[in-house]
Amino acid sequence: MRRLAIIAAGLIWATGALADEIRATGDLGLIVERETGSLLLVDQSERAAISRIEGLGDLSHASLVYSPDQRFAYVFGRDGGLTKVDIVTQSIAARIIQAGNSIGGAISDDGRLVAVSNYEPGGVRVFDAETLEIVADIATGSKTIGLVDAPGRRFVFSLWEAGETWIADLSGAEPVVTKIAGIGDRPYDALITGDGRTYVAGLFGEDGLTALDLWDTAPEPVRVLPGYGRGQQDLPVYKMPHLEGWAQAGGEFVLPAVGHHQVLWVDADSFAETGRTQTHGQPVFAMARPDGRQVWVNFAHPLNDTIQVIDSVSKQVIHELTPGPAVLHMEFTPRGHEVWVSVRDAGRVLVYDTRTFEQLAEIEAVSPSGIFFTARAHRTGL
Amino acid sequence: MRSLAFIIALAGAAWGGDATPDAAALKRLVHQDCGSCHGITLKGGLGPDIRPQTLPHYTPEDLKALILDGVPGTPMPPWRPLITEDEAEWIARYLLEGDAS
Ligand code: HEC
Repeated sequence: MRRLAIIAAGLIWATGALADEIRATGDLGLIVERETGSLLLVDQSERAAISRIEGLGDLSHASLVYSPDQRFAYVFGRDGGLTKVDIVTQSIAARIIQAGNSIGGAISDDGRLVAVSNYEPGGVRVFDAETLEIVADIATGSKTIGLVDAPGRRFVFSLWEAGETWIADLSGAEPVVTKIAGIGDRPYDALITGDGRTYVAGLFGEDGLTALDLWDTAPEPVRVLPGYGRGQQDLPVYKMPHLEGWAQAGGEFVLPAVGHHQVLWVDADSFAETGRTQTHGQPVFAMARPDGRQVWVNFAHPLNDTIQVIDSVSKQVIHELTPGPAVLHMEFTPRGHEVWVSVRDAGRVLVYDTRTFEQLAEIEAVSPSGIFFTARAHRTGL
Repeated sequence: MRSLAFIIALAGAAWGGDATPDAAALKRLVHQDCGSCHGITLKGGLGPDIRPQTLPHYTPEDLKALILDGVPGTPMPPWRPLITEDEAEWIARYLLEGDAS
């Protein structure tokens, strides 16, 4: 009854919207406004904000994923909130508090399941993407990080305290969980390659990362860059780096070093180190432009007013920008011609041309953090 | 050279150099930068809950030392390179007393 009323209301709204204008969602995006618990709906082509959606709770560290039709966003809040936002009607379609303290989420390849990883109580909960009803509750007894979707209705995630990676296969009636031990000391984040084959966990407690080949029936942990900081003093880490997306630049991957002013380059096939680039500060995100030719890097507090652009052929820093205090996130347009940058303490999102580095637009936002374009809907691991 | 200048400019702007701690800037530091591990509301994240009710076993002095030196072997970093003793003390009291102070 209740749902019917909501649908009816939605229909009236949608009809109203049709009369005025039809707005396709393919070049839209959402920007997280962490302090106000709101989302700013933006249009990439217009380089402008369209509207604000409010009432999403604590959005510090919030991230989101999109439904395959790019109509719905599933927003994962720090307070354990899971909110389904309809970007066509610009309203909240459903919202639940699913745990006490959560860290991120993913959507299955078929778009039917949404999974959330939780610190408290530690584990992963899986929900029906349509109704947000719980489908599976996988307790890990550990803070759970690095949750990604993998092909075949699977989710992969890692356990901070236990140093394990679990693969949950939800293609059958009951989840089947494969546990892989020996990932390393305190995995803090992880990513999956765009082809869904390789899962890489970054380690806080040791210098190095661990890779798993998900094409193997029994994946074995492979150490990547073991001891990359050997002989150098580790610096205090004021913000954990992120391994969001897979920064693939040609035949190499680029990764942020923990506790060092460096990004690290590895060969995509062998995982052997191919180079290092000294950077302005400790990298937080090292993101490849979609064509792989450039890598944009932002930094941890207190050097977080700067972005450096690295050429992936020469591995040299070719440009430096200072967008303002607290650069938190960068998002490329799907073909990489522009990049949007959130500058939290300036209350602005800046749009740059990635070839000329010219600033093209400035959009006001309240403490903006993550920027998420709808094109993510069609990419594994985002 | 360039980056040194930046740090100084930043430190000066944000915390007002040697002068008395700037409450607004420090509050912001606690919720935004400590918050990246402890949660914006300090309810916990990768680091534990650090709201007043969870810290009764700390004296302001202990807490100040913990903030300045961090917890070695854990992600809790030493803040000595970034803040002064007075600022650490202000943060310690703020954590213990909450917004009342
Ligand atoms: C990079 C992540 C990180 C940042 C940033 C961080 N902390 Fe921590 N903090 C931790 C972790 C992890 C622990 C738990 C250490 C342990 O295992 O004993 C901790 C512990 C603490 C404790 C002790 C809590 C208890 O119950 O014993 C306090 C107090 C604290 N942090 C305050 C701060 C303050 C104040 C800041 C900012 C000035 C800050 N932290 C920034 C990760 C962080």
